Amino acid sequence: MNPAYSVVFFTVCCGLAQGLFLAIFAVDMLTRLSFIEMQSPQFFVWGHSITLIFLAVGLLSSFLHLGHPERAWRAVMMWKTSWLSREVIVLPLFMLIVFAYGCSYWLGSTLSLWLGVLGLFLCLALFVCTAMIYMCLKFLQEWATTLTLINFVVLGCASGLGWAATLATAEDLTIATPLILWAMICTVLGLLVRVIMLLRNAQLKPRSSLQTAIGIKHPHIVQKAQGFMGGSFNTREFFHGRSLQTLLRIKWFFLFLTFILPVMFMVIAFCNSHATVTMLLACALQFIGLIAERWYFFAQANHPQNLYYSSIS
Amino acid sequence: MTQLALVIDLNVCVGCHACVTSCKQWNTSGESGYLSDDRPYDKDPTGVFFNRVQTFEVGSFPQTETVHFPKSCLHCEDPPCVPVCPTGASYKRPQDGIVLVDYDKCIGCKYCAWACPYGAREIDEHQQVMKKCTLCVDRIDDPCLPEAERQPACVMACPTNARLFGDIHDSESVVSKAIRESAGYTLMPEWGTQPANHYLPRNKTELRLRHDELERADNPLKVDGQQPKPLTEDSSLGDVTSW
Amino acid sequence: MCACRCGIRVHIKKGEVRYIEGNPEHPLNKGVICAKGASGIMKQYSPARLTQPLRRKANAERGLGEFETISWDEAFSIMESRLLHIRETDPKRFAMFTGRDQMQALTGLFARQFGTPNYAAHGGFCSVNMAAGMIYTVGGSFWEFGGPDLDRAKLFVMIGTAEDHHSNPLKIAISKLKRRGGRFISINPVRTGYSAIADEWVPIRPGTDGALLLALTHEILNLGLYDREFLVRYTNAGYLIDTDPHSPNFGATVRLKSSASSRADEQSENQLWWDRISGRAVLNHTLGAAPALLGEYQVYGIPVKPAFQLLLDRVQEYTPEWASKITGIPVSTIRRLAKEIGVTARDQRIELPIAWTDSWGKEHDSVTGNPVAFHAMRGLAAHSNGFQTVRALAVLMSALGTIDRPGGFRHKAPFPQPIPPLAKPPKGPEAVKAMTPLAGLPLGWPGGPDDLFVDANGEAVRIDKAFSWEYPLAVHGMMQNVITNAWRGDPYPIDTLLIFMANMAWNSTMNTVEVRKMLNDRDEQGDYKIPFLIVCDAFQSEMTAFADLVLPDTTYLERHDVMSMLDRPISEFDGPADSVRIPVLPPKGDCRPFQEVLIELAGRLQLPAFMNEHGQRKFRDYPDFVTRYETEPGSGIGFLAGWRGADGEKTMVGEPNPEQWAMYEKNNCVFHHPLPMSMQYMRNWNKGYQDWAVDNRIRRHADPIVIQIYSEVLQKFRMAAQGRGGSLRQPPDYLRQRIDTYFDPLPFYYVPLEVQLTDTDAYPLAAITQRPMAMYHSWDSQNAWLRQIHTHNYLFVNSQTAKSIGITDDDWVWVESMHGRVRCMCRLSEAVEPGTVWTWNAIGKSQGAWHLAPDANESQRGFLLNHVISDELMTHEGRRISNSDPITGQAGWYDVRVRILKTVADEPLKTSPQFDAVPAAPGTNAVRRLWQAFVAGEGDFK
Repeated sequence: MNPAYSVVFFTVCCGLAQGLFLAIFAVDMLTRLSFIEMQSPQFFVWGHSITLIFLAVGLLSSFLHLGHPERAWRAVMMWKTSWLSREVIVLPLFMLIVFAYGCSYWLGSTLSLWLGVLGLFLCLALFVCTAMIYMCLKFLQEWATTLTLINFVVLGCASGLGWAATLATAEDLTIATPLILWAMICTVLGLLVRVIMLLRNAQLKPRSSLQTAIGIKHPHIVQKAQGFMGGSFNTREFFHGRSLQTLLRIKWFFLFLTFILPVMFMVIAFCNSHATVTMLLACALQFIGLIAERWYFFAQANHPQNLYYSSIS
Repeated sequence: MTQLALVIDLNVCVGCHACVTSCKQWNTSGESGYLSDDRPYDKDPTGVFFNRVQTFEVGSFPQTETVHFPKSCLHCEDPPCVPVCPTGASYKRPQDGIVLVDYDKCIGCKYCAWACPYGAREIDEHQQVMKKCTLCVDRIDDPCLPEAERQPACVMACPTNARLFGDIHDSESVVSKAIRESAGYTLMPEWGTQPANHYLPRNKTELRLRHDELERADNPLKVDGQQPKPLTEDSSLGDVTSW
Repeated sequence: MCACRCGIRVHIKKGEVRYIEGNPEHPLNKGVICAKGASGIMKQYSPARLTQPLRRKANAERGLGEFETISWDEAFSIMESRLLHIRETDPKRFAMFTGRDQMQALTGLFARQFGTPNYAAHGGFCSVNMAAGMIYTVGGSFWEFGGPDLDRAKLFVMIGTAEDHHSNPLKIAISKLKRRGGRFISINPVRTGYSAIADEWVPIRPGTDGALLLALTHEILNLGLYDREFLVRYTNAGYLIDTDPHSPNFGATVRLKSSASSRADEQSENQLWWDRISGRAVLNHTLGAAPALLGEYQVYGIPVKPAFQLLLDRVQEYTPEWASKITGIPVSTIRRLAKEIGVTARDQRIELPIAWTDSWGKEHDSVTGNPVAFHAMRGLAAHSNGFQTVRALAVLMSALGTIDRPGGFRHKAPFPQPIPPLAKPPKGPEAVKAMTPLAGLPLGWPGGPDDLFVDANGEAVRIDKAFSWEYPLAVHGMMQNVITNAWRGDPYPIDTLLIFMANMAWNSTMNTVEVRKMLNDRDEQGDYKIPFLIVCDAFQSEMTAFADLVLPDTTYLERHDVMSMLDRPISEFDGPADSVRIPVLPPKGDCRPFQEVLIELAGRLQLPAFMNEHGQRKFRDYPDFVTRYETEPGSGIGFLAGWRGADGEKTMVGEPNPEQWAMYEKNNCVFHHPLPMSMQYMRNWNKGYQDWAVDNRIRRHADPIVIQIYSEVLQKFRMAAQGRGGSLRQPPDYLRQRIDTYFDPLPFYYVPLEVQLTDTDAYPLAAITQRPMAMYHSWDSQNAWLRQIHTHNYLFVNSQTAKSIGITDDDWVWVESMHGRVRCMCRLSEAVEPGTVWTWNAIGKSQGAWHLAPDANESQRGFLLNHVISDELMTHEGRRISNSDPITGQAGWYDVRVRILKTVADEPLKTSPQFDAVPAAPGTNAVRRLWQAFVAGEGDFK
């Protein structure tokens, strides 16, 4: 596939926001259950605000993907069949609840607990919807695996926890250190999931071949012409057009930026107090890394339609 | 239930592209129009087409087959592009199974194109809606056209009659017969999409010559004395042995 | 649009073309349409359309494309004064050549009336070998004149066929054959298009088809798989030939002495058979005679052999083993092909219960056919050995007994014609006189040396040297020689050259780089060597840039047209047909149909056929001309055969009908006249048909047209070269050997001239072009839809060959011949014979031509193979000869030999040679650079 930056940006931002929400909700719960001491309200307000900002940026970015954003409302119609439609319903609801949750917290409303629980469900639903958009395309074998969902969740949590930890260090809260630890754990887990995904995808045997694509049984089939020479939607949308070498470079780039470097910074932050800047750096690097990771996620998906568009003459 | 479809006979397709441009000219001014062209007279011209003819080489010299392969929307019976559409713009027409896009509902998210394993859909960058083969619904539904012309433009155009059109659920239709009798097959059956369009394979006619058919008693060379019988005076077994 | 001339129906919406579809009532295409036809909208609204007469700006060099617009009045007065002066002084200083074979009835008439012999269409560089080789053998040819009867054939052998030749009808027919279970074998160096769906592809080296055909003949004759009965009765196989090398008539047919025939001896059918029953020579077709086809006899004291014996003797050396080495086809394949062909012809015979009478009065109760059909085109023709190769094919088809019989080859009216046809070129320079129509037709069919168009010294009278001793049977002229000869002043300089619809500065010329220089070359006085150049075209081509005067033609949707039987016919096997086009759109801008321009010019120049008895202009316009013109006053023969006579009640012949156009329009624009079944077959010798043909003025005489297994016409030229034959004109000494060698009355194989003169170790690969079915020559790169299909072209190289050179897909390579080189990109292919490389023809364009952007793929990545092909060759003795067939002058396009070199690292990644960009001509449309979307009736594309 040719990665669409709007979608790349959308999934990264939303994932991050969802992770951040989960972190804040977890801290809220733990506080309520008195496992940890009460944290400063700024942490929650900032947390909710940043969550909402990332969600909004993500939503805005997704609009850029549409040919007709003014008709985007129509996308709620097919919730019975379309995961995209479901995502379109869940996302604004989630945003609404996050907002309400934040407000209620701010106002000290007793509703906040229930709003938080509702938010938790919507957040998880959103993860499922987003991942299912890709997982349900069974012939995109790189995507059609539960690993896609796990990857989205773990990386969302890792990046969200990173931001939560950064907030906590900025506020100099006691939960800063455990948050850094959890961010670290999630990032390492993310690395594990992503490497498993890479290994899996490297061993995928495409179920479609030129033989099944044109229905001719012969070991030696070569396309000579695709019917046009100046490109088409089929060549622009489904081919990233980068060399194998570039792809390899991007792979190592995202592995370092999403996982290895942030973990190193987190270790430093973990070992030092007042490590806001270090954590901010870790988050920023990870954000860039995630963009590359998601780009790679799209680029690596080999669409069977490409079999029909392998050569011009 | 009716399922209209094309059956494409690779046995006679010579790759002339008549179906490609007749489709373009019909549809660019039709209900599914327009079909835009970018950089029409410049570098790398590109445009929206519902139908393309591709070429493949099968085998190695000299046992090479050149296969011309027309490809358009296959109007799957279980079209993966339809359920994924968030707006319902992409739909399968109940009365005849044609997969269509309602341009007024399409938001141009391209998700349907991603969901099609065949690459049958193309977005029009200028109208920003997804477009695809409609089996010329504005021809086949048009009561003003003579009945014989209520067929897709590509079918009308095809000089080798390699494109058959009809209802594959009607076992007596020309397409069903062709599929049945000429081993029609579908593309990428592994994904269970059940394409309505079928392809008919190459079919070779060979001549088997038996050695004993080669010689005939009335060989014209005999008339001109070119295949003479041995002379009577030539020796024979009877000249040399008495058994 | 294209030379196939299918019938179309055009739908208009608010003044714009909505849809173009095949006319279901048209016999040619029966409702179907091709990619080009279906893209007619983009042709109609192409930005390359010329809309104004243009004059080259004073002081602007030719080729730069710097023009100013002028009015038609100015254009006509320029032409009128110039041409009138030429006509008053020396008419042959006006040369008129057209890319359109299908409009010759009018263009040829104009040239003849003007008085210039320097006229031809593009047949000389297209496929004249096919027309001449077949017509001089069987009296008809492929494409417009006849074709394979695939409705009934059981085996179809296609050899050397370009994919645009008889496009839709052949596609329809091949499809039917395959669906019926007929077997289809394609013999071609490349497997594309029609060959793709063949049951068997036999790859062959270019230019060696003759060797294969002769080896097949060798097998078929030696196995006795020929149709003896057919050969005896309908060919000259049994005619006796003088075999005494000391005889003055050595090689000639022996004729009955003291013939009482009223016509000249050699015109009458008084050749002899050897009767096996009586053991003596008898007049051919003597009732009850049993002619020998083989053996050696004595007649009038001289040794003779039947022509068939000579053929058998000839092919003895052409064994499959011999042919295999030349063609690259395995011996076993050649033997199998011969058996398949021969056994199918013999054992699958068709018998139709159709009674007919032959020319000698014998009544037959049935028509029989041997269902093996062949089709061939430029792959055979465009070689300098093409004429003899086509002869070999025609002889093979005749030996199999497949001429004008069901399942074989069938004629289309007005063919068959006599061998040779009646039309003759003038005989000498005295035919060209000031203010006088040419005495003779500019093009014709020589029957012997006496019909050559040469002066007392045996030198050419025509500018292209057609019908000279160099190319005696150049029956379609030699358009490819015109510019070079005119530039060199050999045989003489000319004043004005009018080119209609031919891209002579690009893909329609060999040696393109040099020809472009010649068009722009000046003499010592600084005057152009070709003083005045008029180009008429509907589009801004590479050629228009060189014109002094550009005449904007209309498209096919904007004018009246006729597909006339006086021209390349569109008839069917079952009878004559012709058709018309009725305009559906007004001419764009100021453009005018070329036909109207000719009618107007003819009026201004007062050419006799265009004047009435009072010396006034006779025809208002072209439609009026078509309605009222008769070949001779009162002849009743006109451009259209349908609805003639005062009330439209007559067909074929009849007085002009003022309502003829309306009647055509009412009848789907087509006239199709199916003949009774008894007249649909065996028309060379079918008395009923012959009488009908004479009555309807399709033929002058009702003589049988006997197939020339042994060509008496060729033999006459050979006898002249050998100094035999008494009063015959003699060739100049330096050409005696050449005539003697190539005018062999029996088909033979020789290595093409260019290959003979090439060091094939240095240049081992044959380079050829194929025609893409979605492009018509160079005309469709301006078509926004079609150019997306073929935007640029690659050189296709067999994978194994590529490996040995060290090149792979997308590599940039140099293709070098001994004449020049081009840089291009290559693609590996399994569908090409290893000794051959090929590319699509005419996709490469010069920068800016056809109104494409200067960086368009066509000029940057597309290339023209013509740059490595030369129009002339240098013999080992240092004499310059044309790169063409020594018999017909057919350009040897496919004879070039090349080598391939990988480019070095720092070379630019674009094709070479490149030419300076040409600006858009004034009056052409502005181009929608970024994007466009055509919707009929919106008014954006008027």
